[in-house]
Amino acid sequence: MNRYPVWNIEAARAVIRAEGDTPDAVLPMLHALQAHFGYIHRDATALVAEAVNLSRAEIHGTISFYHDFRSTPPAARVIRLCRAEACQAVGCEALVTEAARLGVPVDGPAADDVAIESVYCLGNCALGPSALVDGALVGRLDAARLAVLVGGGAVAEVQMP
Amino acid sequence: MTPRVFVPGDAAAVSMGADAVAAAVQSEAARQGKAMEVVRTGSRGMLWLEPLLEVATPAGRLGFGPVRAGDVAGLFEAGFPADGHALALGLVEELPWMARQTRHTFARVGIVDPLSLDDYRAHGGLAGLAAARALAPEEIVARVTASGLRGRGGAGFPTGIKWRTVLGAPAGEKYIVCNADEGDSGTFADRMLIEGDPFTLIEGMAIAGLAVGAAKGFVYLRSEYPHAERTLRRALAPARAGGLLGGGFDIELRIGGGSYICGEETALLESLEGRRGVVRAKPPLPALAGLFGKPTVVNNVLSLAAVPAILAHGAEAHAALGTGRSLGTLAVQLAGNIRQGGLFELPFGISLREVIETFGGGTRSGRPVRAVQVGGPLGAYLPASLLDTPLDYEALAGVDGMLGHGGIVVFDDTVDMARQARFAFEFCAKESCGKCTPCRIGATRGVETMDRIIAGTERAGNLAVLDDLATLMTDASLCAMGGLTPLPVLSALRHFPEDFHRPAHAAAAG
Repeated sequence: MNRYPVWNIEAARAVIRAEGDTPDAVLPMLHALQAHFGYIHRDATALVAEAVNLSRAEIHGTISFYHDFRSTPPAARVIRLCRAEACQAVGCEALVTEAARLGVPVDGPAADDVAIESVYCLGNCALGPSALVDGALVGRLDAARLAVLVGGGAVAEVQMP
Repeated sequence: MTPRVFVPGDAAAVSMGADAVAAAVQSEAARQGKAMEVVRTGSRGMLWLEPLLEVATPAGRLGFGPVRAGDVAGLFEAGFPADGHALALGLVEELPWMARQTRHTFARVGIVDPLSLDDYRAHGGLAGLAAARALAPEEIVARVTASGLRGRGGAGFPTGIKWRTVLGAPAGEKYIVCNADEGDSGTFADRMLIEGDPFTLIEGMAIAGLAVGAAKGFVYLRSEYPHAERTLRRALAPARAGGLLGGGFDIELRIGGGSYICGEETALLESLEGRRGVVRAKPPLPALAGLFGKPTVVNNVLSLAAVPAILAHGAEAHAALGTGRSLGTLAVQLAGNIRQGGLFELPFGISLREVIETFGGGTRSGRPVRAVQVGGPLGAYLPASLLDTPLDYEALAGVDGMLGHGGIVVFDDTVDMARQARFAFEFCAKESCGKCTPCRIGATRGVETMDRIIAGTERAGNLAVLDDLATLMTDASLCAMGGLTPLPVLSALRHFPEDFHRPAHAAAAG
């Protein structure tokens, strides 16, 4: 699935420029790059550094600090499974086991362009286990509906248990 | 008048299919040729009833829930409002969960259209800012101080004193920073407020700007809240057009990078400045040298959102609620293994037992409550025997716990507390900013030590190491992340020692 354009330096420069040229714009720049390309290409470090007049080392340090920023293109379907305490209390770890059984280990490599990643709290703590699926929030997730999501099923289908 | 139907657009409601319900109402109305206005609101906080559909009647709003898209045609067949329908709940305001509350900060959440400034004004919005505009900065600060408002983010520092420090700092650039990096598991009050009534937060920030002489505000919102981001972004334009912003104060929305430590105020400031979210040593206090080195008010969403009502109704009305030095109201967030989870607002002082039993209706699994974690991942695990502890800052501290941001996570008797203690270290190791050694190294050593204890390797010796490590992290960490990680660990050990002494094979299976 090609939801994102391929890496292109000129397009990247335009995305960066739209966020300004001050050091405090680094996070907005990185978010904008990831929203555009799906990830932060390794060549983006130098472009951001140049735009805000900081060293590449500083920008690399910032990119690598934050969990959000990817260095490779995301899978077509990304399921961010909450593994914080409130979801633990309603069995999210059983879903982690289930994910491995389905062939998509959590925080492991994508399988058939589906990836499952750990996240710590989505703010849906009364309706867990929760997951953010391609940006859409799903509550009361269970093994059957996780299988639907892994199989590429529509999010709206599993938002109605 | 066109009949009005209200369907929450709150992320929690959407996670249970509220978007599909709203669409079904619209298409069913169109199919029957009925005029009907569907308003997307925030959530009332009764999350187990979501999607909770409401219909306006002369007597008040009637509730139906939890509604699935497939139920909508049936609701229409029974007439709208569908009296006597199996999902009918009666008047929403009269439901026990609602009737027992004192909703100040959340007064409008679930009722108004979050993006309608007219709706906001019609429900008492903007009165606080109007009152503040007629006051001198010192008077605004004096009122906030007199209200007894304490920071709702977790630390409970008096808001008025923080503001006075910033006001007293030499004039020049100053900033208002709203900490909306609500990373604690079990908490979602900031999210619900932003999604359900963003203008209250914006108004609170504008008042803070007037009080301390700041022209610019930032909201630092966590990236895990895309729905809240959308609502707040969309609220800024009407806020500017309607005079809530502009005229000397404006707000910029910034999104975090998925880092828990950025909820710590100095790490948050570093992140806002575009760097790694590494904690700063204090002093200097952010109030004197904060964002870009300038005097900065850093307040939690709920602290700022409490301010408009204090200005509109007076400091006394706020100070009259609560208990001891915990004044005003507390937004309780009830989560985890609970039958009726959600948010409700009450004066400080309700007991954990009432929260869990009366509001929550016990565990979702139907099994006994074994442990309750109050105050997020850095809060203590309390046993069922301490459920009569009242929810206020001092009472929680009295049982070696903390209230934090008001999140309560309930666990039933299947929980393995040694595993929970291990997780506390694991989370700290993942999220430590790395600046101070006790936190960066201590958390990893903690995971290893817990692994040995769970595996039954030299238990007595490793429990002694655990105790040493906890003392070191508590005393020598730079911020609350490393300093408080021992709290869940030691509380688990103290209240549930049996879980740390299980036969190794049983523990490994848990």
